[in-house]
Amino acid sequence: MSTVLQDLVNQPYPHGFVTNIESDVAPKGLNEDTIRLISAKKNEPEWLLEFRLKAYRQWLGMEEPKWPNVRYPKIDFQAISYYSAPKPKKKLNSLDEVDPELLRTFEKLGVPMNERAALAGVAVDVIFDSVSVATTYKQRLAEVGIIFCSISEAVQQHPGLVQQYLGTVVPVGDNYYAALNSAVFTDGSFCFIPKGVKCPMDLSTYFRINTQESGQFERTLIIAEEGASVSYLEGCTAPKFDTNQLHAAVVELVALDNADIKYSTVQNWYAGDEQGVGGIYNFVTKRGLCKGVNSRISWTQVETGSAITWKYPSCILRGDNSVGEFYSVALTNHRQQADTGTKMIHLGKNTRSTIVSKGISAGHSNNSYRGLVKIAPTAAGARNYSQCDSMLIGDQCGANTFPYIQVNNPGAQVEHEASTSKIGEDQLFYFAQRGIGAEEAVSMIINGFCKDVFQQLPMEFAVEATKLLGLKLEGSVG
Amino acid sequence: MIDQDSKVLLEVRGLRATVNGIEILKGIDLAVSSGEIHAIMGPNGSGKSTFAKVLAGHPAYQVTDGTVFFEGRNLLELAPEARARLGVFLGFQYPIEIPGVANSQFLRLAYNTVQTERGKDELDPLEFDDFVREKMKLLEMNPDFLDRSVNEGFSGGEKKRNEILQMALLEPKIGILDETDSGLDIDALRIVASGVNRLASKDNAIVLITHYQRLLNYITPDYVHVMDAGRIIRTGGKELALELETRGYDWVSAEYKQTATRATA
Ligand SMILES: Nc1ncnc2c1ncn2[C@@H]1O[C@H](COP(=O)(O)OP(=O)(O)O)[C@@H](O)[C@H]1O
Ligand SMILES: [Mg+2]
Repeated sequence: MSTVLQDLVNQPYPHGFVTNIESDVAPKGLNEDTIRLISAKKNEPEWLLEFRLKAYRQWLGMEEPKWPNVRYPKIDFQAISYYSAPKPKKKLNSLDEVDPELLRTFEKLGVPMNERAALAGVAVDVIFDSVSVATTYKQRLAEVGIIFCSISEAVQQHPGLVQQYLGTVVPVGDNYYAALNSAVFTDGSFCFIPKGVKCPMDLSTYFRINTQESGQFERTLIIAEEGASVSYLEGCTAPKFDTNQLHAAVVELVALDNADIKYSTVQNWYAGDEQGVGGIYNFVTKRGLCKGVNSRISWTQVETGSAITWKYPSCILRGDNSVGEFYSVALTNHRQQADTGTKMIHLGKNTRSTIVSKGISAGHSNNSYRGLVKIAPTAAGARNYSQCDSMLIGDQCGANTFPYIQVNNPGAQVEHEASTSKIGEDQLFYFAQRGIGAEEAVSMIINGFCKDVFQQLPMEFAVEATKLLGLKLEGSVG
Repeated sequence: MIDQDSKVLLEVRGLRATVNGIEILKGIDLAVSSGEIHAIMGPNGSGKSTFAKVLAGHPAYQVTDGTVFFEGRNLLELAPEARARLGVFLGFQYPIEIPGVANSQFLRLAYNTVQTERGKDELDPLEFDDFVREKMKLLEMNPDFLDRSVNEGFSGGEKKRNEILQMALLEPKIGILDETDSGLDIDALRIVASGVNRLASKDNAIVLITHYQRLLNYITPDYVHVMDAGRIIRTGGKELALELETRGYDWVSAEYKQTATRATA
């Protein structure tokens, strides 16, 4: 690889700092007592404790998945602290009441929360070390009957709704990490859009991992009732640490008849240093259920961080004529490993799905797309279109595509396209010969490559994503 | 146009270069002054494209000896983008495709980068659109090319016109055009040639690399150089091109070898 390319992809993580907020951390280790402690701390109803214990018992009998194309040392689950929360403070009604230290953290991240919320009309539900410390715009949303709060709060305020839907899309024993999450999740977001309501603004959550070695087990549940629609944004970034941090979130989406849920993520967690030391392990289960007819669930993700990403936002298309979409950009650099993709499970008639995946590998990283398209015998007239493109920067990195296609209905149509391209020295030289430096050239090529996905993001998120990819690849070109 | 008073733009002395350890350029001398048009001819594989790429700073080639000065500055110590911003333009023999990057976006960034270097104002997308469309008209290019990815799916001739369009936008001090005539039909050749003639002025210089004389029917060179095995082995006026057309290159090499042997004897 030319030195220009090498310099370009070797640049330190710009968001490496630790916020100094006192944490209330549970002792390390996992057993039934830990789970009872979490549940008690959170003042949970009996059924939820049972939910957790059932998950824990299933988890004990499960094994870590070995099939992803990623390598990492064995995780010691007894060395993790499963609960950490900022010191309890009085209830917050506005951003003014938020710890200024936290606000400064957001400043450093270039996401001035208050400004951002006001400018973009975004309601920001801040998850800070597993506990929500601020919720804005709640009143306005409440006026139209939308519930947008932390899941702990939802458990207290709307236990019926939570009990009705929690674990219905991702069952407690779905997979190793989902079971773990179900046992020990501490917080996350809850969102309920009642019948016929179009959410008047994008809902946004900034996740942030803060306390060293505190595993993060976020739980998100979004429900759109008949004819409801919502666009939900999730953005992440983490401070720099030397020890690996496990993150195993579960996100469940439920769309009833004619409902529409759009879920967008920009993820920029610490990926480790150039040798891959210290990055986040991101093992996430995200799944949406198109339960009703004509419902639609659309996942858009821009994955740029984490040492290891293991993530397959999926759609179960149960309602007739329902639509599932997955638009993804996954960028890996240095020693990062990503095994990501989607599952589209077609059960209903005339269900349709679209998959657009763009993988970008640089440095010594490894980037795999893994996708399943399954057409059940009941899914007459189902259609899928998949497009998986890989781009290589330099010659030390890898890209793989693992498409799994199972068609059990003869009337279904499934189309798969794949391509691999490379940013070569000759392309960069062409730009240079027109006066354009390597950084700008790479950023232009990458943005062109990702255009189909960026178009799916809400406007201000698209701008952020474009900058982020630039940051991840630009740097010290001398 | 040769003018004794015009200043030397490009001065190459004893230039040697290798690629993957193989020496391709074996001592090239060339001086180009402003207002001049030079043609470099020679058989396939003689090193013409290599010479052009070395001047522009392609990282695959290592300069092992010699000097290159451009307006008195040592070109060899500058990065390729810095050379381009100084006004060195290379029209590629094989322009590369850049999928996903719109031609309009690429052209505007290149244009604004060079404008900024010259202390001039950048153009916003709307202003640039008007500006580039005018230039395209002169080259009889379809404006649809603005929306397509850079060179992607362009025919050979369309790629070459796109190169000349870039030269017209960037107004370099020296334009090195590598086989811009190959792959062009006679109409396209006429259009491209008239584009080049329009750009040629007393303040800039053009180096045409070609191995056909037909381009030189449209653009009259002041000097014709013959390149062979990594050296310029003969320099003459425009009549040399005609002679090469009828007699081929072998006699030039033969005569060069004779002189060379005599010199060493
Ligand atoms: N990247 C390269 N690797 C190996 N050989 C090369 C490379 N580029 C050029 N050459 C060789 O250098 C010689 C000159 O090539 P070139 O400059 O393209 O000639 P011309 O343009 O006169 O046809 C040829 O023998 C060619 O094979
Ligand atoms: Mg050539």
